[in-house]
Amino acid sequence: MDIQRLITMANQIGDFYESYPDPAQAEQGIAEHINRFWALAMRQQIAQYVGQQAGVGLHVPVQKAIAAHLKI
Amino acid sequence: MDDIKYNTSHQPEHSRTNYDDQLDYGTPASLSSKQVTLSIDDREISVPEGTSIMRASIMAGINVPKLCATDSLEPFGSCRLCVVEIEGRRGYPASCTTPVADGIKVHTQTAKLADIRRGTMELYISDHPLDCLTCATNGDCELQDMAGAVGLREVRYGYDGENHLKSVKDESNPYFSFDPSKCIVCSRCVRACEETQGTFALTISGRGFESKVAAGVTNFLDSECVSCGACVQACPTATLIEKTVIDHGVPEHSVTTTCAYCGVGCSFNAEMKGEEVIRMVPNKNGGANHGHSCVKGRFAWGYATHQDRITTPMIRKSIKDEWQSVSWEEAINYAASEIKRIEAKYGRDAMGGITSSRCTNEEVYVTQKLVRAVFGTNNVDTCARVCHSPTGYGLKQTIGESAGTQTFDSVMKSDVIMIIGANPTDGHPVFASQMKRRLREGAKLIIADPRAIDLVENSPHIRADYHLNLRPGTNVALISALAHVVVTEGLVKEDFVKERCEWDSFVLWRDFVAKPENSPEALADELGVDAKKIREAARLFATGGNAAIYYGLGVTEHSQGSTTVMGIANLAMATGNVGREGVGINPLRGQNNVQGSCDMGSMPHEYPGYRHVSDPAAKALFEAAWGRPLSDEPGLRIPNMLDLASEGRFKALYCVGEDIVQSDPNTQHVTHALENMECVIVQDLFLNETAMYAHVFFPGASFLEKSGTFTNAERRISPVRRVMAPKNNVGGQGYEDWEITAMLAQALGYKMDYQHASDIMDEIAALTPTFKGVSFAKLDQLGSIQWPCNDDYPTGTPTMHIDAFVRGKGKFFITKYVPTTERVNAKYPLILTTGRILSQYNVGAQTRRTKNIAWHHEDVVEIHPHDATERGIKDGDWIGITSRAGETVLRAQLTERVQAGVIYTTFHHPESGANVITTDNSDWATNCPEFKVTAVQVSRVNQLSDWQLHYKTFSEAQLAFAGRDAEAAKID
Ligand code: SF4
Ligand code: SF4
Ligand code: SF4
Ligand code: FES
Repeated sequence: MDIQRLITMANQIGDFYESYPDPAQAEQGIAEHINRFWALAMRQQIAQYVGQQAGVGLHVPVQKAIAAHLKI
Repeated sequence: MDDIKYNTSHQPEHSRTNYDDQLDYGTPASLSSKQVTLSIDDREISVPEGTSIMRASIMAGINVPKLCATDSLEPFGSCRLCVVEIEGRRGYPASCTTPVADGIKVHTQTAKLADIRRGTMELYISDHPLDCLTCATNGDCELQDMAGAVGLREVRYGYDGENHLKSVKDESNPYFSFDPSKCIVCSRCVRACEETQGTFALTISGRGFESKVAAGVTNFLDSECVSCGACVQACPTATLIEKTVIDHGVPEHSVTTTCAYCGVGCSFNAEMKGEEVIRMVPNKNGGANHGHSCVKGRFAWGYATHQDRITTPMIRKSIKDEWQSVSWEEAINYAASEIKRIEAKYGRDAMGGITSSRCTNEEVYVTQKLVRAVFGTNNVDTCARVCHSPTGYGLKQTIGESAGTQTFDSVMKSDVIMIIGANPTDGHPVFASQMKRRLREGAKLIIADPRAIDLVENSPHIRADYHLNLRPGTNVALISALAHVVVTEGLVKEDFVKERCEWDSFVLWRDFVAKPENSPEALADELGVDAKKIREAARLFATGGNAAIYYGLGVTEHSQGSTTVMGIANLAMATGNVGREGVGINPLRGQNNVQGSCDMGSMPHEYPGYRHVSDPAAKALFEAAWGRPLSDEPGLRIPNMLDLASEGRFKALYCVGEDIVQSDPNTQHVTHALENMECVIVQDLFLNETAMYAHVFFPGASFLEKSGTFTNAERRISPVRRVMAPKNNVGGQGYEDWEITAMLAQALGYKMDYQHASDIMDEIAALTPTFKGVSFAKLDQLGSIQWPCNDDYPTGTPTMHIDAFVRGKGKFFITKYVPTTERVNAKYPLILTTGRILSQYNVGAQTRRTKNIAWHHEDVVEIHPHDATERGIKDGDWIGITSRAGETVLRAQLTERVQAGVIYTTFHHPESGANVITTDNSDWATNCPEFKVTAVQVSRVNQLSDWQLHYKTFSEAQLAFAGRDAEAAKID
């Protein structure tokens, strides 16, 4: 899928968790949401993007969440 | 079913035994719990205090003659046919307006009463045409019945006196006729329009002999009348009557079924002659509608027999080819071979299915089963994706169940009603009538909507206490501001929160909303709403008694749709407004089976009953029941399918009853995706917009041609019953839609062994805890059932979360406002928002094929006079609307209903291309499209847009491919 589209979607999820005072909890929340609702191919694509392109364009907590907790 | 009109708690079996739901009891039931005992014609009877003598008599099995009374309306006492004698009281009181009293002795049949009644009837009949034998309601006329009941034998006044027999008929309404010569001025119609419908379109004009019923100044069509049919229903004579009855005569049998339009889910009696529907009459025992209806369900069912219906299966290799009509067997086998070919070539993840909220529960269930068990993927989604998916997500997170918490009747106990982003009088008309009744009784009203919907100040005897006319896209900010007031002014119901909710989550939320940046003052500019108004509305909501929130697509169809739903739940929990009647969180669902299609597991991440596909127990359960290995990976959502299709990675789609080309955003993206697929199978009644891109067409059966169930916005499961054979009859055999899906499964090597839709419901009940006690037999017995229905609640659950939330403790979520990226700028300075109107339904495929086009034959754009003048636009001009997604041209309507800076349109006609301009922005949690906010520019133009011109050529060619003439295919 168009990676820009996935980046936008992931950042939107990140925005929701932005006001959570505990960053660890926010990262968990972001990753869990993606794990539960994104098809495997989409998760793999965004994970690969974080791995290879250093996640340019992704908000930092989103990058961290994907790197740390994504099920792929 | 219940004797008591607005009692929503379930009546024990024995109290219902004496109630005959076919009888007209003359006056509404009393809600009093105190019993009064009296004697009527020497029979002793106990009835609730406040009951009329008329009702008490009929309950005792004694029929009192009546004309102006009917049990859906308050008594009026004008015809005086119902007079009785009461021992020890003087005169002859009307039994409809006289309440019972302890110990009184009533006589309903005496020589004197017979005399009075005959005299009254004589007067009526002397001014009434005596064409009974040729009258359309012959045999179904209360005047006729009463003439018989009072023993009228002669009319002493003769028929030559002054009379109304030459009055002219009003035939302006497409569905019913008004013949004043037959009117007895009982004013039942006037009262029905006021009390039942709440429109106040009819009046009795003139006095004495001159008095007559008048609709507006000219006729019904040009009046305020919304064609709900309540007056026709109430009329005891042939004065107001359905034109179909005039044409075909009085029906001979009747079958109870459910409206196939909106999420109110009204119950109707399909009144039939053989296999032909003569009229649809609202069922007075319908749990959602109590005998009321709107123009769609009552009258707009003619599409089912419209000539545009496609009734033979068709196939073709490419969308550039003509369609070939084939047998069912050939069509099914062709579809199956294509699916197998694509699976072999591209893999199972390149295939999927889409169901519709217009499908029955059983159809949705078998379709998702086909996709999961036979296609072997979880790529199944439903049109709730584009409407209420945020409701499912938001409510599951906060309160633990993806459904509204109340019954519709609950509104009768509300003191404060808050409507956010919904337009009930147009979208959910029958429920709106009930809500209006409560508002006329004095409930307070808060409306949050960018546009002045009718309830703001355009409904008789109703005026919103607060209209928070916020800017489109700022819902979350508004919810935060309201919550800020509740929290900082000490209006939280702490004991409720302590007992029922996760305290830690509450504290986090409280501290968040209490921040100064969430105050009404800080957000007033962003919202465009006066801070003081927000504060007052919040105080009213938190302290005004039972407060209920009703919301619609104006909440969900935003980039923060799910956040708003959670914010609404937060607000309801913090103020203790969940878990009893009169309160709650009430999503108003657009289409009839939005709730049901979600319940039935048509979301890519959930099995029926909202169990995640990765839940090992759920997976094991369904694998065992279905006998196939299942995937534990969430599948693709509709927009994901389309994105991948555009890249050539998604190839086969089975689309049942849904029209994604018209209803999904960014039309050109959708059609491009479809063009890239190799096998698009559409199952529908008509060659809809999506079918123009299809390779296989399975003709479906209309709701009159099949059995099944729909689940409405209050979780009410209601039966859909087959009243005629399916019209998709080829070679002597027609099929219900679930049978078509089962045949496809069979051709793919998987047996779906059902004999009847009820077998499918039995399987659903066996696999879904919340449906455990549901069966067709029980539906026959109870009429309808609100899930959860299980061993603890064998007759269903009207109000949810009473002692505890479904998830245990309610959970608060921080809902930070994140402005949408769809912002106005110099190029696109206006915001377009979309909605719907009463007479049309969704993409309009059905309603456009009925006489409802009398009210709405094209979509127009509402624009504020200020914005119009700036651009030299006058009322009725063609204007081009351009967004970053596309351009379309519509006619302008200047109105101050919309704010300056905002324009508004509907999407009922495909050629309008409203979704050519909507973008692919979507909700963060569910990808529900942001239909309600699109930045646009408008300008005067004098020709259609390129897209519209292309659409015209393309659709004409496609109709020709199906052997249809584009002009003839126009409506009626
Ligand atoms: S059809 Fe409905 S709105 Fe129209 S006059 Fe009758 S009751 Fe009123
Ligand atoms: S139209 Fe029918 S309901 Fe209305 S006043 Fe006349 S007879 Fe009564
Ligand atoms: S469209 Fe809705 S309100 Fe109208 S009759 Fe059907 S279910 Fe009832
Ligand atoms: S029915 Fe009682 S006065 Fe008409």
